[in-house]
This record gives sequence, structure tokens and C-alpha cells, in this order.
Amino acid sequence: MTKFQEKAQILDRQELAAGVFRLTLHAPLIAGSAHPGQFVMVRVGELFDPLLRRPFSIHQVAAGGDLQLLFKVVGRGTGCLARMEPGREVDLLGPLGRGFRLQREDPVCLVGGGMGIAPLYFLGKRLLQHARLPEFDPVLLGAASQQELALLADDFFGLGYDVRTATDDGSLGHHGFVTDLLDAVLPRVSKVYVCGPYPMMRIAAAKCLAAGVACEVSLETHMACGLGACLGCTVQAQEGYAHVCIQGPVFEATEVAWQ
Amino acid sequence: MTGQYDDIDLRVRIGPLRLRNPVLTASGTFGYGREFADLVNLHRLGGVVTKGISLVPRPGNPPPRIVETACGMLNAIGLENVGVEEFIRRKMVFLRSAGTRVIVNILGDSVDDYARLAARLTGIEGIDALEINISCPNVKKGGVAFGTVPEMAAAVTGAVRAATDLPLIVKLSPNVTDITRMAAVVEEAGADAVSLINTLIGMAIDCRTRRPRLANVIGGLSGPAIKPVALRMVWQVARTVSIPVIGIGGISRAEDALEFLIAGATAVQVGTANLYQPSAAEEIITGISSYLREQGEAAVRDIIGTLQLEGG
Repeated sequence: MTKFQEKAQILDRQELAAGVFRLTLHAPLIAGSAHPGQFVMVRVGELFDPLLRRPFSIHQVAAGGDLQLLFKVVGRGTGCLARMEPGREVDLLGPLGRGFRLQREDPVCLVGGGMGIAPLYFLGKRLLQHARLPEFDPVLLGAASQQELALLADDFFGLGYDVRTATDDGSLGHHGFVTDLLDAVLPRVSKVYVCGPYPMMRIAAAKCLAAGVACEVSLETHMACGLGACLGCTVQAQEGYAHVCIQGPVFEATEVAWQ
Repeated sequence: MTGQYDDIDLRVRIGPLRLRNPVLTASGTFGYGREFADLVNLHRLGGVVTKGISLVPRPGNPPPRIVETACGMLNAIGLENVGVEEFIRRKMVFLRSAGTRVIVNILGDSVDDYARLAARLTGIEGIDALEINISCPNVKKGGVAFGTVPEMAAAVTGAVRAATDLPLIVKLSPNVTDITRMAAVVEEAGADAVSLINTLIGMAIDCRTRRPRLANVIGGLSGPAIKPVALRMVWQVARTVSIPVIGIGGISRAEDALEFLIAGATAVQVGTANLYQPSAAEEIITGISSYLREQGEAAVRDIIGTLQLEGG
């Protein structure tokens, strides 16, 4: 898998909800070779502060070499990126890491929490390239509120998936955790793909393990290089330490030593 | 590869080691080279200094291992590496074909560890020099870092010198009272060159949880934040020793590298910048050539140690 450093022009910046942004960038080299679940390292600073690139999973790629990132402003890095105006260029490294392993047949389930929904849309689109009936694939999406979730849920409806939602405040779908929705669908799926906050992924992983269903999770850590050089993005795995940037970010749930 | 500055002579010598240009990548920031193969023309670099290698593989520290700070970062990776046998068997296969000088950084828990590593790496095709990381704790002497006690730094250097005929660079810790004394004793003990500085020990705290941001509590500070400290130390050491000095510390642009060369460094290592800008080392090489052309200099050697001092 070749990695590229690419100056990508920002084509569009959408604020989906307060503090939630979707950026469209023109990055033909990266978009052309990216696989769902992979990420890019984005240079968000001009000079030395913030110094390090920030990792973002790829939300989707489009024909013509466009690539989208979906993120919520949570700190300085995401704040810098959210302030970048369309028209300017951003330096990207990618595509990086090991993405989701595509299940070509049998129903699968996608479980996304908050900004963890980002890579699942790319996955959902790519899964459709193989003959399958998305109405039999449950997509479980959770977020704080209807405002944050509605537009993202619509995207999956648009692909024909069996979308079910959960919100913390009950403003859309189930009032509670998205993982509450998993029990009903586990008996009829062969694999579950999960991305979201760590506690949510831990619960999903445990439910899948108990049901004997394969589960892949996409982990998030602080990273410096994204290339496997600094060895800073370590997580505790069943067999010693694993590095999220090269061995992940997608892992079999059973590979992770859940804390 | 032919560049636009073929008339500029960038060659330097680090004792017996000849480099095509004075820009190396620093240990721990460039993996084993291969990690950057898609992004960097390795054959353009003066050389690659590998991740620090120990006799047996090390798992490293628990996470979190890194935290960003103002214009820099703290790391407590814990010297994770594949061990010398795996390094020779697998990592050297790529490195010896990379078309650049390979300097292997070594680390150990005892003087004997360092000597055995040096002996094992000697005679391996494609290894051009060794760099000794003396910032590690001496397990047999209560965990005091080799690099903070002159006698221990000299003992390690002497033992490695006796074990190998490879060019020998000793990487100095800045966490000492007088770095010039450390440089002098390792020169005396047989080092062909010194490289400095390693990271400055620091820490960061999350006020909300009142917990340290690194699992190891303390870690090494690197990046542009440390450049003035590094430059000062390089200047002082270059005036003290007669062996070549390699400058390290926050170098991210050609101008930074040139400051170190003017202060007396014969070569430089690019470290943390590789992590956020993989093209940094190549851009610095190009930038040095541009500067030399602008200044009417034919060779990079001619600007080393040319700091102009009042009345000097």
C-alpha cells in the first residue's frame, strides 16, 4: 500500500450541527487508493503550534478524487481544521493504517457512535460494490441528539441500509445507548463493524463475543507520525502492545485487551 | 540523482565516516527507514540513524507514550525495538538497499551490553557507523543514566571502542550540569564524534484529572521548543572538543540546520520534524544548497564554525 503526501484543496466545508463539520478535499492520490477504515494525517497548524498532524478517518471518497472528513471540534487541532476556509490547501498523508476487512456475503451490522460514524459511511458505500441487499444489514447509529445524528442517518438511509438510531437525549430513535440496539440484531448477522467512543466499543465487543459473532473495532489514540516510526500510539493488546497506526486502526475485537 | 545545485559541494566527514551531505535523520524519529520509503527519497539523505537497538527486543512503556506540548512533544516510548538479531535479519535487508549511510543507534543496561552490541553489529554489510545512546539507565549502578556521570560515559565509550572498528558517535544527554565535560571525556575514551542533544526531560499534567499525561510521568521533550538550548550546547561543545559535532534539537528548516553548522556542527540530525513533515530532511538539504549559492560559498565545509563574535 503506497502512502502519499498530498496538498489537498478544501472544496467545501459544511457545518452539519453545532461544531460538527464535514470537509470535502481534493486529494486524488489518497482518495484513489484508500480503503474503508484507513485514515489520513492532517497538518492542521501553519508552523509549530499545534506541531503534530492529527489523524482523521476517511468519511468517504468520491469519483474524481475527492475525499471527505467528518469531525467535531473537541480541541485545538480540530478547531484549527474547522476554521480553514474552502479554497485553501491542507497537507495530508495517507492513506494510512489497516482498514476494515470486507465481508462480501451474509448480513453485517455497522455500529457507529458520534464521530465514530465517519469511517462507517465509507465502509457502507464500499460494501455495496459487492452484490448484497443492504435492507438486511442493520446500521445502528448513536449520538448526543437528533441535531447531530439526523443528517448522517439520512446518508445511510440513502444507501438503502436498515438504519436504527439512538440518542442520549431521546430526541431521535431509542433513548439510550446505541449498543442497546445490538442485542436484537446479533442473531442474524455474521459480522459487526464498530467505531465510536471506547466504552461503547467495549460493550459492543463483549456482546459480539458472547453471541459468537465476529467483530471489528476502529481504535483512536493520540499519534505523532501515523507511519509506524515513533511507536507513540500504543494500545494494550492481548499479545503485548499494538500500534494503532500500522497494526490498526481497525482490529479484531478479540485482539484488544479491553480496559 | 542530479539536483539543481550540482556545483555545490555538500560532502562532510564525521571522522572516518564520509557523508554526501550533512543531513541525517535522528534515532527514534525515522523508524528503520522503510516506514518513510514511500514519502522520502532516502538516497538523497546524508544518512539514516536507526531506532535504538538493544541486545534483546524491548516492549516499551505503557500508553500513553506521547503528548504534544507548545512547539514540541514529550515522549516516553521506552526504547521499544526489535532487538539486534531481528534488526540484522530483517531491518538491515531494506536499509542496505536504501542507498544511504546507515548509522545504528545502540542502547543497553550495562557496559557489557553496549560492548556486545557493538561486536555483533561489526562486520555486518551495510552498517556504516554506530551511535551510542548513553541516556539509558545503568541498571547495575542503581539506574543512574550513563550519560550523566562522566566516568560511566567514558566506560561505555571505551568498551564500545574496544569492541568495534566502526566509526563511533556518542549521543550526549542535555540533562547534565556541564555537557562540555561529558563531550571531553567521551572524546578521550575514543569517540570519533559526538551528537547532541538528546531530549530534555520534562512532564505535563492534565489539570482536570490531576494525572500526568504520560503513563511514565516524565518523558523527553523534543521539537522546535528545544532548539535554542541545543544550539547553545552545540556551540559550547564544538569549542571544547576536536572531534566533529553533530547538532540535533528542533531542526525543522534549512535555516535551523545552518545555525547549527555555523555554531560548529559538522552535520545535523533532523528528528521530530520527520514525524509531522516527512519531507523536512530533503527540504533542508535543498535549502542548504540554496543558501550556499546565495552566500557565494562552494562547499558546506566552509561555513562550519564560522560564527562571527564581537572582537573574535
